[in-house]
This record gives sequence, structure tokens and C-alpha cells, in this order.
Amino acid sequence: MAHSEADVLAGLAEIVNEETGLETSAVEGSKSFTDDLDIDSISMMTIVVNAEKKFGVKIPDDDVKDLVTVQDAVDYIVKAQQA
Amino acid sequence: MSSTVVVTGLGAVTPLGATAAETWQAALAGTPGAHTLDNDWAEKYEIPVDFAATVPAEFTADKLKKVEAKRLDPSSRFALVSAREALADAGLRSEDGTSDLDPERTSVSWATGIGGVWTLLDAWDTLREEGSRRVMPLTVPMLMPNGPAAAIGMDIAARAGVQTVVSACASSTESLGQAYEMISSGRADVVVAGGSESAIHPITLAAFSSMRALSRRTDSPETASRPYDVDRDGFVMGEGSGAVVLESEEHARARGARVYAQLAGWGLSNDSHHITANEPAGVHALRAMRLALQQGGLEPGDLAHVNAHATSTPVGDIPESIAINQLLGGHVDSALVSGTKSMTGHLLGGAGAVEAIFTILALHNRLAPPTINISEVDPKVNLNIVRDTPAELPAGDLAALSNSFGFGGHNAVVAFKTA
Repeated sequence: MAHSEADVLAGLAEIVNEETGLETSAVEGSKSFTDDLDIDSISMMTIVVNAEKKFGVKIPDDDVKDLVTVQDAVDYIVKAQQA
Repeated sequence: MSSTVVVTGLGAVTPLGATAAETWQAALAGTPGAHTLDNDWAEKYEIPVDFAATVPAEFTADKLKKVEAKRLDPSSRFALVSAREALADAGLRSEDGTSDLDPERTSVSWATGIGGVWTLLDAWDTLREEGSRRVMPLTVPMLMPNGPAAAIGMDIAARAGVQTVVSACASSTESLGQAYEMISSGRADVVVAGGSESAIHPITLAAFSSMRALSRRTDSPETASRPYDVDRDGFVMGEGSGAVVLESEEHARARGARVYAQLAGWGLSNDSHHITANEPAGVHALRAMRLALQQGGLEPGDLAHVNAHATSTPVGDIPESIAINQLLGGHVDSALVSGTKSMTGHLLGGAGAVEAIFTILALHNRLAPPTINISEVDPKVNLNIVRDTPAELPAGDLAALSNSFGFGGHNAVVAFKTA
């Protein structure tokens, strides 16, 4: 079953919290993974692997560089679920 | 001019205790660390050994941040917890994690026997069951043998070199020796030295069982590790970490640090005889002990105590006992010998560091820890063994050795003197 946009944001926030210790409330759509959340490339890949597993989607490496903000990732996952 | 090397801080996470002090107290009380494992490994994989000396989860719980722990193999978690304890004990780390250490004069000399075996094998399971996309990006830095050293180095910003010794069960005695070199040659003022291991896994139990190295005393795990006993039948797997802060005497005195003991010297040799079996007459082990005494300006008669490698294997305990006996000569009765693996089990790459801590505390407290589980000493062993209860060491200037030997023929010995 596809997750709603709100579910994806909440799930992503949990993954980011597990990986970085950041509060889930800090993981807002407008935030940039690198500039605002200070997530390095290896943590970003860990988050991607965990998101793929949690939401049952595939996020090819070439697409990861386009996921600048949390909302980019949420939109990508919502769309990928429907594919 | 070479610098004198002193011990100013101790930290440990072992099957006996969550700290160096707890481990020491449990050892003095003769506490066995081994127990039947609370899992189905023996049954599931038909492993003939179902016991080991594990570190209870509560010993490290809450000592690392969740995110910190998640990014580290268990061997690195043990390492970081014990290193922080040792630095705090040395007065070099405040509660908020800050320190006044000069990064370019601070080093780490760490050791492991096996490295991140849990991380490697968990990743292998993930690969087989879920495919390569699910293998975590941090797998490589978590499994590499220098992972524990790097974790400590980053924690304290050690920039005078962060090195890792891998020489099986001699690893963390050798890492103390390499730390000695760093300080005595003037390359560093402070070195966090030691070793850690977390390798109690079905694959290691199966592999060590396959070579008949492990005790099979499944009906009585707590008495299975019995160095020098006539009925010893193998070692008992242990896990954990030992950390020692070594410092140049000038640096320690200048800041008014408490000094536990002096690391007077160390010896290194190799059997180059057989990949696992010791050279049977202990010739090269003896040479390593002599080299350690020589570097420390010590004589056999100065020795009040020896913490023996003594793993409780039928073959391994004898060459070392011959070598110690030959080293001591006419002084064999005045040096008290302890086999503390009877309590801790065998921490592999962590063993030497934990046993060095016992040796340092034995000199500092003038009390040699016991060897438990000996019903009858093997008649081939002619040593003054401390059995069942601690034994007092005399007053005055004393010296002690801690021996470690490893697969590959590695012989490493550290010599300590009372401060």
C-alpha cells in the first residue's frame, strides 16, 4: 500500500533521526540535507538505503544528487511508489 | 635522550566489570566470567561449545550516544568506552568530553585480533538475503581492523599518529610496546594504548572448536578456563577492551598527574615455527621476556609478579611456564604468577591490554590477582602460582611482566616498575 505524503515525511524524519540524532521535528520539507541538516554524503546514502527498504522503492544513485531538500525526497518517494 | 614512560590512566570493559576498577575488584574476588550463552547457536549450527565470557549489555548501555553506537562495530564501541574512561581517569578528559591534549603530541596505539567480524558477517547476511542495495555505506569503515583506533583518534583529535597492531592474541601487548616507542623516541607525549575485541560469534566458536582450541566443559562453563590445571582442555572465548594512558614522565609530572606505574620496557620476538603451536621449549618467549627486562634495566630478581598468557590450552601453557621458570632461575619462588584468563576468558586482541591493567594494578596495590579453577597443578609446571585468593606483594621497588603470545608465533612482553 502506498504511503501518503505525510507518512513519507514522518517516516523519513525517523530515518534521519536514527542516522544523525536530529529531532524528527527538525526534518522539515524546506530543509536542505547538506546545508541545513549537515548530513554528509555517506549518511545520505545510509538514509537512502533505509528509505528504499521502508517505502519499498528504488532510488538510483544518479537520482540521489537531485534530492536537495527533504521535500525533494518526499516527492520522489511518493511518485516512485505509484510507478 | 629517551623519555621515561609512565601509566596515568586505566579503562576497561570486560566480562568481569564495566570499568577497570570493577574488573579489578571482581578479579580479586575470583569471579568467573564465563557462562552458558543465551542463544541457539550450539544447537542450530551443531557447535560443540555453548559458552563464553561475554560483556553484559548493561556494561556499555548509555555510555555512547545512539547515533555514535550505530556507526561503530561492537569492537569499536568497547574501545571508545574504555578509552574515554582511561582518559578521564588520567585527568585528561572532562565530563563534557573536552580535553587540553595537544593534538600533534597525542597518539593512539590500538589493537584487535580479528577486527569488525560482526559488521562483516551481518553485511554478508544482508547481501545474501536482500541484495547489494541494502548493504550499509558505513560497512567498510566499521569492519576495518583500524576502526577502533580511528574512533578513539577522532574522539580526542589525536594527530601524532593513530596506529593499529594486529598480531592475534599478542596484539594489545604489542600495541603497548609500540606506544612505548612513540613516547620514548619523543614522537608523542600522550598515547592511548590498548586493544579491543568483540568476536563471540558462531563462526569464531565453530572455527576455534574445529581446531580443538576451545574448552568443551559445557557442564561447567565457570570452571572451564583453568590455566595450569592437569585437566585443562582449552581456552574460553572472551570479549571486551582495555585502555591504558601512557605518558612521558615529564608531561605527567608537569601537570601533577597520578602515576600508577612505569612502563619500563618491552620485548618482541617471534617463534616463526608453526602457524598456531608455540615453539615447545619456550625459547623465543623467553627471549622476549629477557628483552623486556633488558630495556627496563631490570634483572630477573627484581620481578615480584608475572601475569602469564596462560590460556588454559593443554599444549600452550607449558612452553610459557618453562620460559618463565628459566627466566627466573633461582628467583622462581619470589615471583608470583597469575593466570587471569581463568576469570576473564580470552579476550584475544583485548587480552594483553586487560592483563597489563591487572599487572599495573598489582604493582600499584601490591596485590597479585588469583588464578581460579586449579584443582591440581600440572606436574610439568614449576612456578609459584597465585591460586584462588589474591597474594600480597612485598614493599620496596618491584617489577612485573605481562606476557602475550599469538597465532603466527608472536611473542610480546611488557615490563612495569612501581612508580
